[in-house]
Amino acid sequence: MSAQLTTGMGSDQSNSINNTAANALKIEAPTGRKSVIKRLISAYRNTPRKFKVGLLIIVFFVLLSVIGPFVRPYNPNSNLTNPNIVNNSPSFSHWLGTDYQGNDVLSEVLVGTGPTLLLGLITGLISTTVAIVIGVLAGYYGGIFDHILSLFTNVFLMIPALPLLIVLEAFLQNNGTYTMALVLSVLGWPWGAKVIRAQTMSLRNQDFVAAAKETGESNFRIMAIEITPRMISLIASGFIYAVLYGITASVGLMFLGFDTTAITLGGMLFNAQNQVAIQSGYIWWYMPPALIVAVFGMGLVLLNYGLDEIGNPRLRDANRYGKLGRKNMRPSDPTPVLALLSNQGEKGFLSKLTSNGFSRRSLETSPKSEG
Amino acid sequence: MGKLFTSNKNANLLLDISGSETYDTEAPVLSIENFSIAYRSIQGDVKATDRVTIDLKRSEVLGLAGESGSGKSTLAYGACRLLRSPAIITDGKVTYRGRRAPREGIEITALAAKQLRQLRWREIAIVFQSAMNALNPVITVGDQLDDAIRAHLPMTTTARNERSEMLLDLVGIPRQRIKSYPHELSGGMRQRVMIAMALAADPEIVIMDEPTTALDVVVQREILTQIIEIKQQLNFAVIFITHDLSLLLELSDRIAIMYGGKLLEVASSKDLQYQTAHPYTEGLLSSFPSLRGPKKTLAGIPGSPPDLRNLPPGCPFFQRCRHAASACRSVSMNLQNISRDFAEPHLSACPFHPGPGADKRWKAPDLVDDAVHLDQPMHASADGETLKKGLML
Amino acid sequence: MKYILQRLGFYIVAAFIAITINFFLPHMMPGNPIEAELVKLSQGGSNVSPKTVCAVAQQTDTYSPHCGLHKVSILSQYWHYLINLVHGNLGYSFSQNETVAHVIASTLPWTLCLVGISTIIAFLVGTLIGIVSAWRRGGSIDGSLPFLSFFQGMPYFILGIFLLYFLTVQWNTGLPDYGGVAAGIQIGWTWAFISSALFHSILPAITLVLANMSGWAVGMRNVMITTVSEEYVLAAQAKGLSNWRVVMTYGARNAIIPNVAGFANAISLAVSGVLIMEIVFSYPGVGNMMYTAVTQDDYFLLTGLFLCISLAVLVANFIADGVYALLDPRIRKRAANS
Repeated sequence: MSAQLTTGMGSDQSNSINNTAANALKIEAPTGRKSVIKRLISAYRNTPRKFKVGLLIIVFFVLLSVIGPFVRPYNPNSNLTNPNIVNNSPSFSHWLGTDYQGNDVLSEVLVGTGPTLLLGLITGLISTTVAIVIGVLAGYYGGIFDHILSLFTNVFLMIPALPLLIVLEAFLQNNGTYTMALVLSVLGWPWGAKVIRAQTMSLRNQDFVAAAKETGESNFRIMAIEITPRMISLIASGFIYAVLYGITASVGLMFLGFDTTAITLGGMLFNAQNQVAIQSGYIWWYMPPALIVAVFGMGLVLLNYGLDEIGNPRLRDANRYGKLGRKNMRPSDPTPVLALLSNQGEKGFLSKLTSNGFSRRSLETSPKSEG
Repeated sequence: MGKLFTSNKNANLLLDISGSETYDTEAPVLSIENFSIAYRSIQGDVKATDRVTIDLKRSEVLGLAGESGSGKSTLAYGACRLLRSPAIITDGKVTYRGRRAPREGIEITALAAKQLRQLRWREIAIVFQSAMNALNPVITVGDQLDDAIRAHLPMTTTARNERSEMLLDLVGIPRQRIKSYPHELSGGMRQRVMIAMALAADPEIVIMDEPTTALDVVVQREILTQIIEIKQQLNFAVIFITHDLSLLLELSDRIAIMYGGKLLEVASSKDLQYQTAHPYTEGLLSSFPSLRGPKKTLAGIPGSPPDLRNLPPGCPFFQRCRHAASACRSVSMNLQNISRDFAEPHLSACPFHPGPGADKRWKAPDLVDDAVHLDQPMHASADGETLKKGLML
Repeated sequence: MKYILQRLGFYIVAAFIAITINFFLPHMMPGNPIEAELVKLSQGGSNVSPKTVCAVAQQTDTYSPHCGLHKVSILSQYWHYLINLVHGNLGYSFSQNETVAHVIASTLPWTLCLVGISTIIAFLVGTLIGIVSAWRRGGSIDGSLPFLSFFQGMPYFILGIFLLYFLTVQWNTGLPDYGGVAAGIQIGWTWAFISSALFHSILPAITLVLANMSGWAVGMRNVMITTVSEEYVLAAQAKGLSNWRVVMTYGARNAIIPNVAGFANAISLAVSGVLIMEIVFSYPGVGNMMYTAVTQDDYFLLTGLFLCISLAVLVANFIADGVYALLDPRIRKRAANS
């Protein structure tokens, strides 16, 4: 195509070069603060909505898990079975009701969210680190070293993680939260390693690596300083998926009854399942932990979709440019003809375009020049 | 290159035309009138082509030349309405008058999607710039040829197969290659497949979008020779898009020069080369060496193409023109015939052309002395600053 | 063909690694739990006779002084284990009082049918949604994709709990929420069995399809958006082909290839999720049996089930690789060149 589409989204819509230049000068003048705020606002506007919603969900639950233990109304682990308050539905004194031991569900949730999220965080950190080390080494050195590492990566990618985790956990016999994080990390790295390896291989052949080698930088320095930082968005996305995997797998293992000594969301679900809470209709008991896991997971997935869109603007730009008035254009639609659109009763079409942020003036053809 | 086919075989590729005795043999096969296309964007709309008017005569080769970003591809694809959103046709119309069209012609800019599908490839086919990208990598060459035939011609499977094979014969590719995937062919072969595919439904017009740019010189030459041969036998009209003006001078009957979305000069190849009427054409002509002509310094054109989003009024080439003067900022960009021959007009957008037989000097009012002007840095002239300085001297 | 052979080689290596892990895992654990368990069982106190326990101990070379067995070097144990495996001998399940092979034969088909059918449905539906939402950017289907991520982010069993609550407790749809087949129906190729089994698999299958679908849909959409702007799609439009043909033969046909390549990761994730989900629905598959094995410390059963499910996933991936090679002619050539 002969004309290039600029994908950047300046809020500035001035029509001539002179004006733009003048504005740029004005902004850089004394009021430097305003420009920071303005930049923040425009950065906020440019962030995909999925990213924002995902981040909001995550921040909310992280705050909940941090504040939770301090504001819990009851001791969630009293273990004093009081027959009067067992399996009570929500009431004024117990907002989310009580479980089969008479523990306050709200308190359990407030206390139990923290360890669950922490487990995901630790798993994410460890397995992402392993993924970076293995992926970068394999991708950078190549050869037989790469063959062996990627063979292992591919095999571990295929062996279903959960049954192996069950086997491992069964043999380890409830050794506590941190052992579980370690066990989860053992199986959490292959996906990230595979992606990072592929990216490293393409970066390795680029000029900046050759230049660094020429200046005598060590291989370790090239990998750590030159290559790894360039994959930051890939690593971030891998980290998010690793955290999601950590939470999902740990909640699943706890649901099976592993490591349920501390109060966790998975442990609550384990108890609920054991006490046939679903069939008994104790919705207040199992729904809160299930919802927290589900919504937090959704937050992570949305965050990752948002990252995808930031990394690949094409995924969302069509939403902005693909509209004609209110109509979504499909790739199969012939190039629209302005005259036809106005004829077909699309009245006020131009003003619709303007409301989409397109300038009306420029849509009209330039004035016929004087004879 | 020898003849790869007998004229007998070739006649089979021409399809029988029925009920089209009424068409006007003199009228242009494609008329583009006052045609404007804009790409919408939040930072302002890009006027990729601006009020372009040009005719394509029956079975002629029309060259469309210009730098990248000049709007030449946009014009051709836009005329088939192949450009996707955010492109929009803001003005003008395109009329097709082929053998199969009614006498008054078909207005492409008024067609609905379904009618357009019938018109595409059957009447106007395209040879894309990079055959590697334009061929579907996971489908065999034969299936892709067959696709094009089946969409337009009511034929049996065997007839379609035979036609596919004949098309491969025509471009000199062995028949057994019909089962090959694009990645199994060489670059030159892929481009030949692309040409064969363009001829699948016996179109009236073939748009060739830099068909040889991605190839090495020898293959390029072979394919061009082939295109000319086939064209002479099948008698279609060609719009040949390229930035390589030297190529066009050999190949085309007429040449149109585009710049900044506007037509600057339209003339027969000979006139364009020897009676150059626009300074931009002059610049293009002096930016490549001539094989046979006398030695000369390659001047080229300093600076870079203008920003189509903020095009000032007047001549778009103004900022880079050696002969520019203040009058150029208010010049009308309407094409004027500078030749006395009305049958074969020589159109130019520059009113300050030297005229036939003149000493190749453009005489714009307020013309600044060449020597002074050439010393100025060309890229700094975004707002005419250079010009003002020149005038003060 | 060469490509398929290369992949076959890889899967043989992968299977060997899985088998080896399966053997060494219990032996590397502190205090070898299998030995400890066998000692406990052979001292009586279970419904299995000490004689059977000792026979198993002998067969598996497990160190068990109580049965008069001595320590054997780990390599010869490993060799013995491999020989046993070739004969289909995976040990004895003390909790089920049957050979492990027999237990697997009665549980694995349930899981494989459930996962297989729902994964294929999820893949087809998700891919279709992806195609439509990429072609109709900004349309209602495209707009609802982010909401599908709700199903994607949670473990399958939690989605199972939600569905169980809404479809059986809240709105009583009459869908069975327990087991794989109605009580009293004999397993066999009878209409009564098949219909009942299908009816019972509806809830677990919906869970799986919902959870899996959005991942495929988003993946397909993102690749498809890139593919649609490829020049060969534009060329197909210039050729005047019907929209259906442009979308399917030129767009989706190319966009689906990376998705099929991502099948390996997806299928192992799906299997992992299903195992826990089976417990929610008391589905008589591998997951439930594994749960039983864990709660009853039945290590032979546990490792045997793990091995079988891993091998099944490897086979599924091998099939996916074959499909991949069918879809992408370039892969075939690349393999032939290397």
